Amino acid sequence: MAIHLTKESKVLVQGMTGGEGMKHTRRMLAAGTHVVGGVNPRKAGRTVDFDGQVVPVFGSVADGIRSTGADVTVVFVPPAFAKAAVTEAADARIPLAVVITEGIPVHDTVAFTTYAAERGTRVIGPNCPGLITPGQSNAGIIPADITKPGPVGLVSKSGTLTYQLMYELRDIGFSTCVGIGGDPVVGTSHIDCLAAFQDDPDTELVVLIGEIGGDAEERAAAYIREHVTKPVVGYIAGFTAPEGRTMGHAGAIVSGSAGTAHAKQEALEAAGVRVGRTPTETARLVLETLRRG
Amino acid sequence: MDLYEHQARELFEEHGILVPRAEVTDSPKEAREIARRLGGRVVVKAQVKTGGRGKAGGVKLAADPAAAELTARQILGMDIKGHTVGKVMLAQPVDIDSEFYVSYVLDRAAGRFLAIASAEGGMEIEEVAATRPEAVARIPVDPAEGVTSAKAGQIAEAAGLPPQTVDVLVRLWQVLVREDALLVEVNPLVRTAQGHILALDGKVTLDDNARFRQARWGDGTQEHHDPLEAAAAARGLNYVKLDGEVGVIGNGAGLVMSTLDVVAGSGARPANFLDIGGGASARIMADGLSVILSDPAVKSVFVNVFGGITACDAVADGIVAAVDSIRLTKPLVVRLDGNNAARGRAILQERAHPLVEQATTMDGAARRAAQLARTA
Repeated sequence: MAIHLTKESKVLVQGMTGGEGMKHTRRMLAAGTHVVGGVNPRKAGRTVDFDGQVVPVFGSVADGIRSTGADVTVVFVPPAFAKAAVTEAADARIPLAVVITEGIPVHDTVAFTTYAAERGTRVIGPNCPGLITPGQSNAGIIPADITKPGPVGLVSKSGTLTYQLMYELRDIGFSTCVGIGGDPVVGTSHIDCLAAFQDDPDTELVVLIGEIGGDAEERAAAYIREHVTKPVVGYIAGFTAPEGRTMGHAGAIVSGSAGTAHAKQEALEAAGVRVGRTPTETARLVLETLRRG
Repeated sequence: MDLYEHQARELFEEHGILVPRAEVTDSPKEAREIARRLGGRVVVKAQVKTGGRGKAGGVKLAADPAAAELTARQILGMDIKGHTVGKVMLAQPVDIDSEFYVSYVLDRAAGRFLAIASAEGGMEIEEVAATRPEAVARIPVDPAEGVTSAKAGQIAEAAGLPPQTVDVLVRLWQVLVREDALLVEVNPLVRTAQGHILALDGKVTLDDNARFRQARWGDGTQEHHDPLEAAAAARGLNYVKLDGEVGVIGNGAGLVMSTLDVVAGSGARPANFLDIGGGASARIMADGLSVILSDPAVKSVFVNVFGGITACDAVADGIVAAVDSIRLTKPLVVRLDGNNAARGRAILQERAHPLVEQATTMDGAARRAAQLARTA
């Protein structure tokens, strides 16, 4: 099972023929991902050989879907072209678009996440490492060799903290790890992933990694209290970080929270989530909880 | 990036929103000339990127050009919540009939922009929202449709604003979209005794990610007041100065934030935030180390790298090249894990620099760096 990504997933790569796209397509293939094609209108009809695995290039996402039945696209295009890339993918009604690109203007993200949602396309990211279902498939840039399949589901704003926790719990293993991205607006939230992990028979426990800013963790805490029966272990980064850029008066009204690490920790603990003070302690809490269960 | 009030005023004016006549200066003498041009009586306003100017004495009415010069002299150089006043804006006073609040702000949770408006402007909007939530209208804006006249009419009606504000609401949305702003706030928006709608004070936050298509505001490097932050920015490093004694370098914002917390949990205080990102080349490592070592408060340095895409042997090569190219004067505790960690550790072991030691865990490395900082 796992969430959002399995060994059945057929993956397109938008921006495959660029530097980052080439590097990570090779890594995705090596991890066993079923990469069925790249998308580049200027290189349609060509193929790219990745150490013996030949991948065709399509002129559009729609062509790629027609020829291969692709149901996931991973987006590596530069920030200025990300909006057009996701819009095209949503027009082709692809179920999942994983946007790795960093530095996309927020107005573009607001536009393409809204547009995609209206067309039934889930967006993960932007500015995220993607997601991995160890042993099955890897859509994005998460290193595939840190850990193995196992009972832990992980959702995180931060890429390197995701890797750190995967490493700390490498002997336990993971069902799926989702890096949702650290931008102010992202297509998939902690809550979306918690809901999916709750319904996933392969997931016994969820690790939720958050960081300062916004109120996504507070909202996740409220959701956990109402809807999640599986154990959740949390970690929040940023207790000693300086106060970030505030969004003016109006921002504080919208979030309804100061966005501090303390506020997030308190909200999670009030919802029954054990929160580690360091990544290592968080991993220890996971082990304890699994043993008890 | 936050804009100064006078920059926000300029943007509003460019987009056809009425604003008071005003000019900016950093000189009291020029303030007198400006006051004369504006008719004598002016409001002198400190230009700082923080709230609470009025309470801090940064906004004053001057009755004539001589008073304007005196007031400007008082306000220039003033410290308001850690911000030094470098410029004042002198504006023509306005005969106010009523005050409103309007803003467009990013609603992160909804992933959309929200219009917030109230007929009770001029005061702290948080207070109004807390005490009389029904007096504050919040209306989500569809990104594809934007704020049309019809939408603006809906916002004005919900907030109890007069119909003349509809045009301003449409134009403010144009400011938000065309300038790639994350926040556009006018408080107060006023109706004058003559019946005109004027933006009296404004706050605009621009999206740093949009700089590639919004070149007019520059790259923002002039924003750094701290010399170490300015030096780091000049080298393209993501560095924030803090007030502790353990220097921190790591890869990835989340991991570096976590590293600061772990250092703080070990009884020391982090001296900085420095994220060298995914690349972590020898040059970036050397640049980062030299910025951190030039901070006199730093007693020890904790290098915390998890090799995800980055290989730890490349990071170790970077550290060796860095310590060989700069004179290392403070102890370095290095923790390498992940991709090619064993090879990375071997490289550092072979170099065997007397001031570089390794730790196997993040928590252990933080404790050791804290201990070294205490005994230094």
